[in-house]
Amino acid sequence: MSDARAEILRRVRAALVDVPAGEDPEDVAVARGYRTRDAEASREEIVDRFCAMVEDYNAQVHRVAAPDLADTIGRLCREGRLRQLVVPPALPEQWRPDGIELVEDHDLEVSRLDGMDGVLSGCASAIAQTGTIVLDGGARSGRRAITLVPDHHLCVVEAEQVLALVPEAIARVAGAVRERRAPITLVSGPSATSDIELDRVEGVHGPRVLDVVLVE
Amino acid sequence: MDRGRAAMSAPTSLPVAGSRTPGPREPFPDAARRALADEQLRHNIGHATKTIREKRARVVGELPDWEALCEAGRAIKERVLRHLDDYLVELETSVQRAGGHVHWARDADEANRVVGDLVAAHGAEEVVKVKSITTEETQLNEALAERGIHCWETDLAQLIIQLGEDSPSHILVPAIHRNRAEIRELFMRTLDEAPDDLSDDPRALAEVARRHLRRKFLAAKVGISGANFAVAETGTVSVVESEGNGRMCTSLPEVLISVMGIEKLIPRWQDFEVYLQTLPRSSTAERMNPYTSLWTGVAPEDGPREFHLVLVDNGRTNVLADVVGRQALNCIRCSACLNVCPVYERTGGHAYGSVYPGPIGAILTPMLEGIDRAGSLPYASSLCGACYAVCPVKIDIPRVLVHLRHLEVEHTAREGGLRARLGPERVAMRVMAGVFGSRRRYEAAQRAARLGQWPLAHGGRIQRLPGMLAGWTTMRDLRPVPAESFREWWRRRSEPGEVG
Repeated sequence: MSDARAEILRRVRAALVDVPAGEDPEDVAVARGYRTRDAEASREEIVDRFCAMVEDYNAQVHRVAAPDLADTIGRLCREGRLRQLVVPPALPEQWRPDGIELVEDHDLEVSRLDGMDGVLSGCASAIAQTGTIVLDGGARSGRRAITLVPDHHLCVVEAEQVLALVPEAIARVAGAVRERRAPITLVSGPSATSDIELDRVEGVHGPRVLDVVLVE
Repeated sequence: MDRGRAAMSAPTSLPVAGSRTPGPREPFPDAARRALADEQLRHNIGHATKTIREKRARVVGELPDWEALCEAGRAIKERVLRHLDDYLVELETSVQRAGGHVHWARDADEANRVVGDLVAAHGAEEVVKVKSITTEETQLNEALAERGIHCWETDLAQLIIQLGEDSPSHILVPAIHRNRAEIRELFMRTLDEAPDDLSDDPRALAEVARRHLRRKFLAAKVGISGANFAVAETGTVSVVESEGNGRMCTSLPEVLISVMGIEKLIPRWQDFEVYLQTLPRSSTAERMNPYTSLWTGVAPEDGPREFHLVLVDNGRTNVLADVVGRQALNCIRCSACLNVCPVYERTGGHAYGSVYPGPIGAILTPMLEGIDRAGSLPYASSLCGACYAVCPVKIDIPRVLVHLRHLEVEHTAREGGLRARLGPERVAMRVMAGVFGSRRRYEAAQRAARLGQWPLAHGGRIQRLPGMLAGWTTMRDLRPVPAESFREWWRRRSEPGEVG
């Protein structure tokens, strides 16, 4: 196998005879002329844009004031007939609705997750430009499996977590990736496929329903 | 498996990298003629490409900095490719530091053997796989099947292809040549989960696939994926997808094996900020695809306990060695070039005889496999340039096409012996070059044509040329040489006494 490594590297070097020996990777100019932040939009505009983009994916957005959060989650559970939710162990107390069974994820088996009615999580950040939720495996996002296997995902996004553009979100999670090898998942709407005659169907293998609760 | 390639064997001279089927492919014109006769195919592909094209233009138009993003995407790839050896070694170190293992594979057989050995070492007889064109290129499923390992395709379209023993026809929506009635019939025939009263509503069909695959996902010990990007700096690998099958395959099994071409590298974590904007909009014409997974080796207490990254060459270093063609390795597999191509729109993907169809396939396949195997593909284009205009990593496909046509002509002249050197097209081109090379000869030829064309021209058109020239007029009319050329008119009007 080390033969293969040596051979491939030899082939690569032979293929690059035209590259001057003294050239540094940084000598190949990369002009980053694109936007890395949105200087013009106000906070409200950014949050409004996020909500509009999420709804464009056929996900539901519920905007609530902080004191009403737990009640809203409780109402959504009753409407969606969700009796049992899996949650990351560190889910804040004030998010937890009354009358709904919350099962903390302490390395639950996937078969157990498959039996859950839904999942309640937070997120690491969110992107207005694309209506994306960023999960980082941290205290609020939980393990990857819990937001994947159950069919209904309730995700709490705090208004100040919403970033305007994709580059801001990539920069925001870089530390978690470098320091704790955080697995990052970008979620934009419910799972979907257009594989049959390009007819969009929401809900394939990932959660079929995504409810975003935006706390202001 | 024979993927519709002609099973002829012929002497080959250029290196043929890692192909499991020897000999040249069926020439594109023959395959295209067959595809054009399939009306269902033409209808499906025409509808699909038009729909995605329009949607894509809309979401690309939303970004005021689109051009700057594409330019950055191109430049980053140029940097990677010019220093690929350094970046590969850096990636290896980063993945190992993050608790992963790195394997190298010179060709398809070696890649399949590495994956097969890893699966066998874990005693797994079934694996789940998320759509990966690289593993289609290496024909991994067939290689695993020979070792008694069944590979479940989990992407809905790939499942349709696998159950139908079919081959993909589009990079992004591989089963686009199948309509809902055909898929319903296929599911009824092959899946136990299909109810007797299954309708042909895509919702109902997706539901059957979901139930069928969910058991596999939850039980799978080994998952296999491709990779859209891998970051040299951090060792992070990513899969961009829509259905959630990518998340299932990369986060639920105990062991994850990712197979990637060596060109899929990006230098730094920050570079995601470019490609995660350009890829979804160019590909599915969405602002963002539903799910993107980015993992860095083995995450503490989350997901697979073992991670293997298989780096595959399989002809990519041939492409790298071609200074003009190298840019084909910029490709991020978005498929925008397929959707705008007037040739692809009519023939569909199968005519290209490769897992890489459309304009990108027309340049990539001959370079990956050798011009002797796929020499007709660079001609599968009108050189209209629409592919270059939409490419989010700015691959100058028309330029590479012309370059490859040149290589093909030289190759044929060199390898084809006297017959090729005296072939009618070659002789005709030689004569043309001579005629166009001198004003005197050119004008003499014009006069001769004017005399010779009178029995052929009717109503200002030549509809049929005689003999070996007939091929030119099978698809188009020719304008006759006019009674007076511009130069003749100019000379006449400049003569004394003629100017008014």
